[in-house]
Amino acid sequence: MTKYIVRRLLQAIPLLLLISLILFVLMQNATDPLATMGGRTPTKPEDRARLTRQLGLDKPIYIQYLYWLVGNDWAKTDLDGDGVAETYGTRHGVIRGDFGTSIVQTGRPVTKVIGERLPNTLILMLTSEVIIVLGALLVGVYSALRQYSFFDNLLTGILFVGYSMPIFFIALSTMYIFSVNFKRWGLPYLPTVGMFDPKIGETPGQIILHMILPVFSISFISFAAYSRYIRSTLLEVLGQDYIRTARSKGLPKREITFIHALKNASLPIVTVVGLDLPLLLGGAVVTERIFAWPGMGRLFIDGIDRGDTPVVMGILMMIAVSVVVFQILTDIVYAWLDPRIRFD
Amino acid sequence: MSVSDQPVNMIAEIEAPSLSLSDLTWRRFKRHKMAIAGLVVLFLLIIYSFGGAFFVTEKYANFTDTKERLQAPNAKHPFGTDTIGRDLLARTIYGGQISIIIGITAAFVEVMIGIVIGAVAGYFGGKIDAVLMRFTEAMLNLPQLLLLIVMAKFFSSDIKNIELFGREFSGSVVVIIFIIGLTSWPYLARIVRAEFLSIKEREFILAARATGTPTWEIIFKHILPNSIAPIVVSATLGVAGAISLEAYVSFLGLGVRAPTATWGNMLENAYRYIESAYWMWFFPGMFIVLIVLSINFLGDGLRDALDPRSRTV
Amino acid sequence: MTNARKFLEVKDLKTQFNTPEGTVYAVNGVSFDLKEGETLAVVGESGCGKSVTMMSIMRLIQIPPGKIVGGEVVFRDTDLLQLSEEAMEQIRGREIAMIFQDPMTSLNPVLTVGKQITETLRTHTPMTQEQCRARAGALLELVGIPDPIKRLDDYPHQFSGGMRQRVMIAMSLACTPSLLIADEPTTALDVTIQAQIIELVKELKKNVGMAMIWITHDLGIVAGLADRVIVMYAGYVVEEAIVDDLYENTLHPYTLALLQALPRADRRRDQSLKSIKGSPPNLLVEPRGCPFAPRCEFVREKCIAENPALVNVETNHKVACWVDVKTGALR
Repeated sequence: MTKYIVRRLLQAIPLLLLISLILFVLMQNATDPLATMGGRTPTKPEDRARLTRQLGLDKPIYIQYLYWLVGNDWAKTDLDGDGVAETYGTRHGVIRGDFGTSIVQTGRPVTKVIGERLPNTLILMLTSEVIIVLGALLVGVYSALRQYSFFDNLLTGILFVGYSMPIFFIALSTMYIFSVNFKRWGLPYLPTVGMFDPKIGETPGQIILHMILPVFSISFISFAAYSRYIRSTLLEVLGQDYIRTARSKGLPKREITFIHALKNASLPIVTVVGLDLPLLLGGAVVTERIFAWPGMGRLFIDGIDRGDTPVVMGILMMIAVSVVVFQILTDIVYAWLDPRIRFD
Repeated sequence: MSVSDQPVNMIAEIEAPSLSLSDLTWRRFKRHKMAIAGLVVLFLLIIYSFGGAFFVTEKYANFTDTKERLQAPNAKHPFGTDTIGRDLLARTIYGGQISIIIGITAAFVEVMIGIVIGAVAGYFGGKIDAVLMRFTEAMLNLPQLLLLIVMAKFFSSDIKNIELFGREFSGSVVVIIFIIGLTSWPYLARIVRAEFLSIKEREFILAARATGTPTWEIIFKHILPNSIAPIVVSATLGVAGAISLEAYVSFLGLGVRAPTATWGNMLENAYRYIESAYWMWFFPGMFIVLIVLSINFLGDGLRDALDPRSRTV
Repeated sequence: MTNARKFLEVKDLKTQFNTPEGTVYAVNGVSFDLKEGETLAVVGESGCGKSVTMMSIMRLIQIPPGKIVGGEVVFRDTDLLQLSEEAMEQIRGREIAMIFQDPMTSLNPVLTVGKQITETLRTHTPMTQEQCRARAGALLELVGIPDPIKRLDDYPHQFSGGMRQRVMIAMSLACTPSLLIADEPTTALDVTIQAQIIELVKELKKNVGMAMIWITHDLGIVAGLADRVIVMYAGYVVEEAIVDDLYENTLHPYTLALLQALPRADRRRDQSLKSIKGSPPNLLVEPRGCPFAPRCEFVREKCIAENPALVNVETNHKVACWVDVKTGALR
């Protein structure tokens, strides 16, 4: 098992290098960090030149990538512009855990900037994921067991609509109903933006209240996709010969469903959940923008808008690494559930 | 009826007529009431967007009148007006055209890339397969939307307007089509690769090879037609995917630029007016929901009809 | 044995499936009975409705698309078709057990063999976990699996095909049922393994004393196994006879054709095997006449107009055919 994990991690290294290289080239060419530095545009040409040298933007792209990857504390840089490289760099590179410093929040390490926002996103994402998986299991199993019943047809219809709905439409509609109109009608209404009311402060109650709409929006779409998937997986399993065998033995229906069928159906379900989990962050970008939620998704969009390449690269690499980690975790859980798979 | 005891041969009369493949497909598709409904709604949306152009000019759709900004739906502006006083009804008509065109062409780009990469990887195998699949995997290691945002930003610097059929479009339309196609193909490539892997081992391919059929002919004339069902289904769903991706990117302000309207970029900033001007997000949002939903229903029906053994994910 | 009382009586059983292509008439009024301790073979090509008949008796048909539209299945004076699902669960596995064709897919891949045997016992008997395990071990030993106690913790994929079918048999015998339905249990196995399994079942049947229904498309294995045979075609029983009678005094053209398609040691060398002409029946249309008429070499106009009923023509020998195959005349 350990051997397998080590092998998978080693295999992931070239993949991550490839991803980082592509992204780095895209990002470096997409934005001009100097144009938007913290909102203060360096006007003096000599300031501009100094900053360009300091950020290493005058170097060829592959050198920039190399510095980003392994750092520049071993190479001398020409800071004063006299043509002589005299100062050692200060960066340690991504492989030594240094993602550089934010350009917008001048001088603050990227890891710190992301670290501040990460818990806000995680609380949103993990709550949603728990609701999605538990709810989808409930609905998926229910409608598979009552295939073609009125409720199954109704649920299938609703889920299909949910599955096709863009997240912003759900977010805006629920906001409009439960916040704008409830307020108008004098009903208790839900807050729309932010994590807490600044007048009350960052209390758990406030955060939960502010989480309701974004969590609902995130859950709704994935919930629909997962329920559909669980339903069809379970239906396929229920049609298998070994289910017929179990029925021929006179086992009660509940035992057939929850022991024989669900254990088999859980194999593909675990795979999908495990691989999707880190990708959920894509949806966070839109949700966090609409609900002004101070998480990583908003940090990402702000970073893109203002050319904060180190932060954007940091977020993207973090996601890429977590995808790899989740793939390995998924494989481990799969092997644990399926006796036919052994790593040795 | 007189009954004799003489042997007769009436086999043809007794046997039921058998169903042809296209009959079967159509019967299975027809069974999907929602797929039929999807087809009808899709058709209506296309008529709305392209037929609407006979009643409203594009000039009117792009005409700004700040005196009439943020008007609620009324007789003159049935869908209301936006922040600079443009008529939203007219903009949903012209925006629909662009959204539908983006959906179809981006799906086309996706399918072309997906088929080429999947077919080459699946047919040739070995090192080529390993390299291509590594690359595909790398693409799947990031959320598509984030990748799309990075690429949209990469291509965002000075985009010129282009002229086509006597109309002026923002060049960003082409960029969006291109980058949606460029980030969407990995799933399709995997499907095509899997199809190729299984079909290339079948007897009729071995027979074609044994008779010296050229490789390209085996790929395009023998294997590809046999894996067309999952490709058609993916392409259909790809159109819906592309339309909603365009909406997402445009919503975030990185999509199609003014003056060209799309259902997606009409939503940009609309969320800031959630309290005061619901019509700004409701109408374009509704059109996106309707078209995505109807295409998804259509794709689902097609999947059942063409490829009954496959599973929905 | 012929004097034993009937304990299973199937009367006019009809099962259909609603598919998008139309209604499939799978079982069209099947009647037969079974005495205690008797072995009945059900013979026919694939798709003739023999498996669906058995699944209907066990009420294992998926509803929808399947539906048992009529008939009775009287088992020890109870009509199984009238029982509640819960009452039926009490019959399955305890009174009537079943083994299936493909041992590769009929065992649950993610549960141990021990778990799959003991759960039947846990459901139907008051035995404790330890007692169940001991019994499961004894059952594996009974069906000839070496090192039985240890193998209880193995998963199905750790057994070979023949061994898996032995596990299936052990599982079905767990509660000593009074009737075992074997649905082509040897079709998926190698010929040598096939013989072993048949011997094993014959041996077990003698010891346990249960009645058995053995479904097969192979008339060759029926002779040494069954007391009586019914032959099915297109969802109808076309002939029913004591086993020796069927071979020596064949009355239905379809049975005749099946026998001619069978390789036999006593056949002259220059006599070639005959295949049955035409294709299997289309079950999507309810046949007006005899369902075998399109492929029958004795076909008459009457055969196309009217479907013959299954009637007693000799003692303990029923046939559904207008033609007397020996004389060629109409009955």
